Amino acid sequence: MSWIENRFEDNLIITSLDWAINWARRSSIWPLTFGIACCAIEMMATGASRFDIDRFGAGAYRPTPRQADLMIVAGTVTYKMASRIVRLYNQMPEPKWVIAMGACTIGGGPYFKHGYHVVKGVDLVVPVDVYVPGCPPRPEALLEGLMRLQDKIRRQTFARQPIEAATSA
Amino acid sequence: MAPEAILKILQETFPDEVTEVMPEGVHPHAVVRPDRWHDIALFLRDDERLGFDWLRCISGVDHIEDKLLTAVYDLHATGKPDTPGELWHVRNEIAIKVRVDRDNPHIPSVADVWPTADWHEREAYDLLGIIFDGHPDLRRILCCDDWVGHPLRKDYEFPMEYHGIPAVTEYGQTRPQH
Repeated sequence: MSWIENRFEDNLIITSLDWAINWARRSSIWPLTFGIACCAIEMMATGASRFDIDRFGAGAYRPTPRQADLMIVAGTVTYKMASRIVRLYNQMPEPKWVIAMGACTIGGGPYFKHGYHVVKGVDLVVPVDVYVPGCPPRPEALLEGLMRLQDKIRRQTFARQPIEAATSA
Repeated sequence: MAPEAILKILQETFPDEVTEVMPEGVHPHAVVRPDRWHDIALFLRDDERLGFDWLRCISGVDHIEDKLLTAVYDLHATGKPDTPGELWHVRNEIAIKVRVDRDNPHIPSVADVWPTADWHEREAYDLLGIIFDGHPDLRRILCCDDWVGHPLRKDYEFPMEYHGIPAVTEYGQTRPQH
């Protein structure tokens, strides 16, 4: 949305447009089909009928990063995998979000001390929006993380931000 | 066949190569010299009494106090099932240990004897640095191709960073030193 971003002050038209676009974005977050380790099992359970992430509009798992909005990093990130994650993230179109799911992804988890091959947190590699702790997190926790991400999207705006406010926030 | 009988056949055929036998315990095994390990492997597979046609696993052990590396080969001999409903029957079961010098770890490859050994030897090379002479494709299998060192050696130094990603934390440096 760079054609409209930062072009206007915060007025009535922009506020309504913000509301409409954020509503559309947060209601259909398409995640990437991307499971690395055991957390992916819980992610599959979240997508299946019992928990049904589709209730929140995020059930359309895309097999290609070019159609995805959200990358749920579900599992242990190894150094060998890190370069692939960066490539997948770069292939996703803007706007894009990342959920770090599980202890390994947040900070190395059980491999923090003795894991010679585990990245100590995926936020060293790609920017993370929401952290979902657990080992692995239950599907309810991932749904909670998704709703927190929706809250985050709801607060986005196209209006030009005052410099002081942007730096202090 | 009992482990005693298997180890007796092995000792009679290769009296100079078998340095140690352990027929009792949970893991009956023989320790052999690395020089003629390939011939011993062929004998174990092709001898009619033994018939070890299935290499189940290769494990690597780092004996840092004795300056040794050990490759442990777990062998099974499969046969026709003797009870209905059984898929196969394990006739014989034995383990062979090959000990080599830690600073110069060369073991003859048995990838042409048991194809299972191909990837298992690559793993032992990747994680412990045992070099299998005659292996068709001895590359790293788990770590990245440009990884430095062999991570499961007990004196392995953790990398401080890998391709710009910080790797070891201060806490990771406090692990016990061997």
